[in-house]
Amino acid sequence: MDGWPGVVIMIALGVGFAAVMIGLSVLLGPKNPTPEKLAPYECGMPAVGDARERHSVKFYLVAMIFLLFDIEIAFLYPWAVALRDLGWPGFVQVVTFFLILAVGYVYVWRKGVLDWGPVARATRAAARREAA
Amino acid sequence: MFNSSFDAVVPMLCVVLAALASMGAEAFRAKDEEMPIGGLGIVGLAGAGISSGLLWNRNAASFGVLVADNFALFVTLTLVIVGILTIMFSSQVLRRDQLPKGEYYALLLFSLVGMIMMAMANDLLIVFIALETLSLSVYVLTGIRRDDPKATEAAFKYFLLGAFSSAFFLYGIAFTYGLTGTTRLDQVGAYLAAQSMSDNPLILVALGLLLVGFAFKISAVPFHMWTPDAYEGAPAIVSGFMSTGVKAAAFAAFARVFLSSFEPFSADWAPIVWILAALTMILGTVVGVAQSNLKRMLAYSSIAHGGYLLVGLVAANQVGKAAILFYLLAYAVTNLAAFGVIALLSSREKETDELRDFAGLWHTHPALAALMTVCLLSLGGLPPTVGFIGKWYIFSAAVSAGYYGLAVIGVLTSVISVFFYLRVVVMMYMADRDASAPVPSQVTGLGMVALAASIVAIIYLGILPTPVLDLAAESIATIF
Repeated sequence: MDGWPGVVIMIALGVGFAAVMIGLSVLLGPKNPTPEKLAPYECGMPAVGDARERHSVKFYLVAMIFLLFDIEIAFLYPWAVALRDLGWPGFVQVVTFFLILAVGYVYVWRKGVLDWGPVARATRAAARREAA
Repeated sequence: MFNSSFDAVVPMLCVVLAALASMGAEAFRAKDEEMPIGGLGIVGLAGAGISSGLLWNRNAASFGVLVADNFALFVTLTLVIVGILTIMFSSQVLRRDQLPKGEYYALLLFSLVGMIMMAMANDLLIVFIALETLSLSVYVLTGIRRDDPKATEAAFKYFLLGAFSSAFFLYGIAFTYGLTGTTRLDQVGAYLAAQSMSDNPLILVALGLLLVGFAFKISAVPFHMWTPDAYEGAPAIVSGFMSTGVKAAAFAAFARVFLSSFEPFSADWAPIVWILAALTMILGTVVGVAQSNLKRMLAYSSIAHGGYLLVGLVAANQVGKAAILFYLLAYAVTNLAAFGVIALLSSREKETDELRDFAGLWHTHPALAALMTVCLLSLGGLPPTVGFIGKWYIFSAAVSAGYYGLAVIGVLTSVISVFFYLRVVVMMYMADRDASAPVPSQVTGLGMVALAASIVAIIYLGILPTPVLDLAAESIATIF
C-alpha cells in the first residue's frame, strides 16, 4: 500500500482545485447576460451556420500525414530512453525506420500534399508549363 | 545478436526496397513520363526469390521473432510467383484503366512484404503486424478505381470487416499472452505442452478468438460475407491477387499457429475446424452454382478452395501438411490466371465479368478461351491439371487420418463445382456471340506471357508433380 496515499492526495487536490476555481467564479463573478453571451460559441466568433459542411480534402491529407509522423515521434522517445542499452544495432534500426519514412515524406512533398491553397498550386502549374 | 541474425529478413528487404523505389520513382516522375515501375517490382521479387533459395535448409532466424525455415521459404516462393504474375498481368490493365502506377505497385509490393512476414512470423505480435501490413495495402488496392462506386463500396466493406476481425485476433493474442506470459510461438507451444492447461477454459477462449481472426482472413464460412462483394468490386487482377496471396499468407500463419503452438490442444480445435471446413466447402460450392457474375463465382469458388485447404489442416498428418503447401501453390497459379483472363479481357468502361460476356469467346479470342478452359478445369480438379493433384493429396490425407466424412464432402462438392466451371466453358465454346455486346480487349505482351507461363505450370505440375511435392514434404518435415 506504500505510495497510494500520495495518489489519493493528488487526485483530491486536482478535483478540489478545479471545483474551487469554477465555484468561486460562479459565486463571485458579475453576471450581465445578453443574447450574444448566452449563445454557444467557439473561438469567440458568433456562430454563422451549420457545423456539418464539406471540408477541403486537404484537411484530411494533413491529418493523415500528422498521424504518420506523430507515430514516428512516438517510436523515437522509447528509443531515446533506451539508447545506451540498444547500442549501435538499435541506432541502425531506427535510422532504417527513419529512411523508410523519409521516402514517404519525399513522396507526399513531391505529390504536392504540402502545397497549401490555390497560389502554390498555380505557381507549380506555371513552373510545369515553363518546363514543358 | 544483430549481424549474425540478419539473414531471415533479406527476402523481405528486397521487396521493401523495390516498394520504396517505386514510390520514389512515382514521386520524381514527370507528369506524362512512362516509367517501367513494374520492372522494379519484378527485380525486387526476383531478389526475394533468389535469397529464399539461398536460405533453404539453413533455418535462419532473425531477432527471435522471424524464422526463415523451409516452410516459410516455400510460402515465400509461392508469394514471389504470385507477385511476379500479378505485376505482369497488371501492366496492361494499369495503362488501359489509367490507374496510378507508382502507388499501385508500391501497395502491391508492401502487401507482399506483409505476406512474407506473415509466413515467417514466429511471434503472435509479428503475425498481427504482418496481417495489418498486408490488409491495409489490400484495402486500398481494392478501392484503387476511385471513380467506381462498386469498388469504393467493396473497399469500405472489406476495411470494416477486416478491422473487426483484426480486433478478434488481437484479443486472442492478449488472452494467449495472459495465460502463457509470452507471444513467441515456440514458447507458447512449449508452455502449453508442459503445463496441464486442459481444465482452463481461458485457453479455449484464446483459441477461439485466434480462430475467428484467421477464419475471416481465409474467408471460411461463416466468416466469408465480405469475400464476394470485395472480389466483385475490386479490379479483377486485384481480386486475383487477394484470393491467392492473402490466402496463402493467412494459411501459412494459421498452420504455424495451430499446428505448432496449439498442437497440444488439437483435440479441442480439430472438431471446430472440421465443421468450418465442411460448411466452407458446401456453402462455397452451392452458392457458387447460382452466380451469373464470373468474379462472384470465382469468389465463391475461392471460398470452397479455402474449405479444401482446411481439410488438410484438420488431417494434420505429414501428407496433409505437405498437401496444404502444394495446394496453395497450385491454387495460386490457377486462380491468378483465371482472374488474369478476366482482367485482360476487360475494358476501361466495363469489366468483362458477366457470364454472358464470355459467350462465344472462342470466335473472337480462341487462344484465351483455351487458356481459360485449362484454368477452370484445374479449379474443378480434373486431370491432367495441377488442381487434380492438389485435391487428390488433400483428400488422401483426410482419408489416411480417418476423416472419411470430410473426404466424402470434399469429393461431392468438387463434383458439383465442376458443373459451374464447365458452364463457363460451354458458354465460351457453344453459345453464340451476343452481337450487341462490346468486343473484349485484345491481349498483348506481358499479360500473354504470364498466362502462357501459368498454363505451362498448371499442366506441367499436373503431370509431373513429384519434385514440387517432395519439396513441400521436405519443407514441413523440419518444423512440425
